[in-house]
Amino acid sequence: MSRINDVGGMAGFPAIVEEADEPRFHADWEAHVFALNGALIKRGVYNLDEFRDAQERLPVEQYLAASYYERWFAAITTLLAEKGVASADDLAVGDDSAH
Amino acid sequence: MSHDSSLISAQVRHVEALLEQRGLLDAGEIDTRIDEFLAGGTPANGARIVARAWVDPGFASRLLADANGAIREIGLSMAGGLQEQRLKVVANTDGEHNVVVCTLCSCYPIALLGPSPGWYKSEAYRSRVVRDPRGVLREFGVELPAGTQVSVWDASAESRYLVLPRRPEGTEGLAEDELAALVTRKGLIGTAAV
Repeated sequence: MSRINDVGGMAGFPAIVEEADEPRFHADWEAHVFALNGALIKRGVYNLDEFRDAQERLPVEQYLAASYYERWFAAITTLLAEKGVASADDLAVGDDSAH
Repeated sequence: MSHDSSLISAQVRHVEALLEQRGLLDAGEIDTRIDEFLAGGTPANGARIVARAWVDPGFASRLLADANGAIREIGLSMAGGLQEQRLKVVANTDGEHNVVVCTLCSCYPIALLGPSPGWYKSEAYRSRVVRDPRGVLREFGVELPAGTQVSVWDASAESRYLVLPRRPEGTEGLAEDELAALVTRKGLIGTAAV
């Protein structure tokens, strides 16, 4: 059974858009998400296959609505909770225990 | 696409602080990783590989047989990322044009070439280039003769691809670094002729 990421051959997506002078990251937080993922994999908190799997099993509506690095961040927080590193409550902004 | 940048910025900062507090991140580790990444991969590495292959047929045949080994000859490596991935170089010829995609996600030789362009990661490109490669290439300005075979290479977590474009006509007098300057990131993906 294919998941929502398996889009090869699928019809109905909008036109391909090229961005002129595209920066390597569109915002500082994107670079942080990229680096955070590398750091956690290097440390063995999870591996690359688990990371990809965590993106691919995001709820379909969330997968399609999210930007590229929003998906990454959703996968990271999913895995941190599943691995018992932090609870979903701890991971949510507004919880003061991290400060 | 992206919704509220300030909210997700705050969320990312919060998670980083939490992980530092729990000993899973060192202070400054993220900034160091970002700096190292930005200083690492660049399309210029791919252009160097292509230019060397154009001027050195021996290198070109070693590159097509074992790209991971061949690029070490010019000081490059596929081992700069989280794990060394296999690199396969596919050469455009008179009768064949190659184009690369990752239909499942965004696999790309990122440690060698830096981040892929946004369109490469888009569902629009990933879904369509395997179904209508000629149409997609036409939108990118690549018109192929009807007799040219198009080969689409679908990258995976373990295997990445790089297109070796055809050397443009009239470049016989150019030096290797001048040839490298002709090569674009799109040429390395296959959505440009060079």
